[in-house]
Amino acid sequence: MSGRVESYREYKGEAVKRIAVYALAVIIVSWIAVPLALIFVSALAQPSDYYNVHKIFPTRFTLDNVYTFLVVLGAWKSTLNSVIVAALTILISFAVGLPAGYSLSRYVFKGKDAFKLAIIGLRMFPVIVLAIPLVVIYLRIGLADTLLGVALAHTAMTLPFVVLITSSLFAGIPVDYEEAAMVFGLSGWEAFLRITLPLALPGLSAAAIFVFIMSWNEVFIASILTLVNRTLPADILVSALNAPDPYKFAAGFIMVLPAMIFVFFARKYLVQVWGISIK
Amino acid sequence: MDPRKKALLLRRLTPYLLLIPTAVYMALFVGYPIAETVRLAFTDPDTGALGLFNFQTLAQDFHFWEALRYTFLLAGVVIPIQVLLALGVSILLMRRFRGSGAVLYTFLVPLTISDVAAALIWYNIFTGSGYLNRFLLNLGLISRPLHFFGYQYRDMEFLAIVTTEVWRATAIVFVIVFAGFQMIGKDYLEAADVFGATQWEKFRYIIFPMVKPSLQTALIIRTLFAMQVFAVVWILAGRDIPVLAGETYYWQVELKNPNVAAAYALIIAVISIALGFLYLKLFKPKYLEG
Amino acid sequence: MVRVRLENLVKRFGSVTAVDHVTLDIGDGEFVVLLGPSGCGKTTTLRLIAGLELPDEGRILFGDRDVTYLPPRERNISMVFQSYAVWPHMTVYENIAFPMKIRKTPEQEIREKVLWAARLLQIEDLLDRYPHQLSGGQRQRVAVARAIVVEPDVLLMDEPLSNLDALLRVIMRSELKKLQRRIRVTTIYVTHDQVEAMVMADRVAIMNKGRLQQVGTPQEVYDKPANVFVAGFIGSPRMNLFDASVAEAQGAVVLDAGGLQIRLPEAYAGLLEGHETVVVGIRPEDIHPLDRVPPGVEPYEVDGTVDFVEPLGSDTIVHVKTPGPVLLMKVPGSYPAEMGDRIRVALNLKKLHVFDKATGKAIF
Repeated sequence: MSGRVESYREYKGEAVKRIAVYALAVIIVSWIAVPLALIFVSALAQPSDYYNVHKIFPTRFTLDNVYTFLVVLGAWKSTLNSVIVAALTILISFAVGLPAGYSLSRYVFKGKDAFKLAIIGLRMFPVIVLAIPLVVIYLRIGLADTLLGVALAHTAMTLPFVVLITSSLFAGIPVDYEEAAMVFGLSGWEAFLRITLPLALPGLSAAAIFVFIMSWNEVFIASILTLVNRTLPADILVSALNAPDPYKFAAGFIMVLPAMIFVFFARKYLVQVWGISIK
Repeated sequence: MDPRKKALLLRRLTPYLLLIPTAVYMALFVGYPIAETVRLAFTDPDTGALGLFNFQTLAQDFHFWEALRYTFLLAGVVIPIQVLLALGVSILLMRRFRGSGAVLYTFLVPLTISDVAAALIWYNIFTGSGYLNRFLLNLGLISRPLHFFGYQYRDMEFLAIVTTEVWRATAIVFVIVFAGFQMIGKDYLEAADVFGATQWEKFRYIIFPMVKPSLQTALIIRTLFAMQVFAVVWILAGRDIPVLAGETYYWQVELKNPNVAAAYALIIAVISIALGFLYLKLFKPKYLEG
Repeated sequence: MVRVRLENLVKRFGSVTAVDHVTLDIGDGEFVVLLGPSGCGKTTTLRLIAGLELPDEGRILFGDRDVTYLPPRERNISMVFQSYAVWPHMTVYENIAFPMKIRKTPEQEIREKVLWAARLLQIEDLLDRYPHQLSGGQRQRVAVARAIVVEPDVLLMDEPLSNLDALLRVIMRSELKKLQRRIRVTTIYVTHDQVEAMVMADRVAIMNKGRLQQVGTPQEVYDKPANVFVAGFIGSPRMNLFDASVAEAQGAVVLDAGGLQIRLPEAYAGLLEGHETVVVGIRPEDIHPLDRVPPGVEPYEVDGTVDFVEPLGSDTIVHVKTPGPVLLMKVPGSYPAEMGDRIRVALNLKKLHVFDKATGKAIF
């Protein structure tokens, strides 16, 4: 935006626009950040301070709420369950979906478009709808109320995302690299393992983080499929809502924290990965 | 097998072999459950006979009609707000200014926040001893706390839900719309400037038509997700404000009736598919072509 | 170092036949260039030889070995890709060492050979760098070094110079050829640039639309193009080509190109028996202004006007409008012609080419 300014009026006009832009930026950032900050505050506030409505903001903080929530109320169990389910989901969805992503990125074959369309369609399918029959099915095959059962259901949700994202990642790695490796002595499979995979690793890691978040955040399926072995969101839905407020906020805090930390590390890929996935 | 046949066969089959795990998985965990849903929905829970029994139960329950109404009402209120916000922030971010990167990332953070957490975040703000009330009370702007929750304050509950949903899910619309904005070649905008277009004209004749496809994509995706709205409503309003997914949960978990729950699930699925087709008919999205 | 034989190779992609019954013999240590416009099938042919594609019909033999369906790694080949395909996550040293590492060559030998190849390509100072730190030209040398480091039976090169700037291209042309001479490996080189082909090839195999048009030394395809396509493809500026009908006038055979008439001497008359319409070709360098006819030319004089002049510095291209077609004439040095001047030029009948109109094949 350089260039000679013609008149004082124009100069002032630009300045006003500048201020407006920055003001809007501040408003937007606050709109997102303030509510987040507030739940951190509430989760960490001394209950006495929190319940003192004459103070706008609590000034004394403690980790007691979080501790009580995790230990006394036993939420550490459901937190651990969430981690296990998310880890399993990553494992299964990548094991199943990555080959398909590779196939879509490298080969041209009959039925490719139909398959791609099916995947995109599935991405938009209301997966929560599957939770109901899965309860019945799981009862029959002994997966009811198990973490594996939830992970398998979550994989159904994340599989389209994994296929599409790995497809896009592999497409970004020139096939020349693999062909050169094959000319110089590797088989197709070895070339993939030693050349393509290492190059795709950063993107795959980011994708794995997002799969983790999707599973970590998922509540409907988890609530329906579990009774005793609950994941954290399911636990919150069922029991934490009856607990006193400070524990509700401690719960919110724990739900939000890992997601935000993880994504901070993968923030470069946020738009790329999410944009592609939702498409 | 002679090496020629073997080599050729392997080449031709490899792409399909790699797809098999995914195809099988989706058949098993999507195809089969869908079939089960249909079966459950049309099965009488007491007698096991096939029929429309469950749908009759649904139709006679006023909660169903309320759920239908509220689900669509919520979508109808929230989505336009989100579209406007997404467009606004996209336009703002098209100006490169110091800190525009920070604004972008901040605005995307809600994508990582679950609906459960979002509900708790805004509960924290709206509740009786929440920050909104504390703020207003301590500044003397109100004398008694505003009530956002409770059956008799359903309208306020609705407002709280709308706020939460706008806060949480605008980023979903934004990501797609913003990607569309970024695809507009700089040349087109510069040409518009050279030929003397005002900001509004630039938006109306160049920018908007070029982001329309992204906008349409974002709309359908957001609408489909909106049909499944659950945790935000459940946590903030319970059954005061019934929604389709909430009723599904209720019948399954609390009334322990998977058949009616399946009927609800089926209805959600059918609505989603119908909306999908409507969209295809209306907009003919190009992104599907590869 | 090995003889390569392509027997009736066919490769189809859907309804398109990319390689159409190509048969070619390449000698031990020969540098053969597959030349043609884009889409002519030359790259596909190369990929068939490499094993990156499998043919629908035909065979490929390295010496006595039938390699047609063998995977690339079993063919003992090396390849330089158009994009170089230098692996970004390995250093230059690791890239060049790779083929030997795969063959489990002892560390000491790897080191020696990498240094040898790097010195040949003058990149011995770059061994510790990563590809992204190198220029395009340097990366290309890495690709070549990697290709020569295990002595392959066949060396394949897919337009390795096309991504280089013009100056570098000229330098690398001679360097690659000299390199090949030194290590004497059978080399198959693909390009669309006919100058490259002429400069580097022992023999040129010209392809168009999947079919081999002509195979011969650069001089052969220049002097005796087998058909209209080759005639028009080789040579810069392009050979003048125009239609003509065969007629008789005053007891001699005449080529009639709508106003321009060329009387042919007796010797040629018999060759044109049975042909009615033909395509006539004559290279711009074989047309001379009357005041500058070199010795040894069999001149046929034609009147015309100057339509356009292109002074190139080293030569001048004069567009001469005849009663028939417009002919391009290449005159060495500068030539004082102005648009609109009347001019009389001599066509060198010794270098006249006539092709059958229907088949495009050369008659003489």
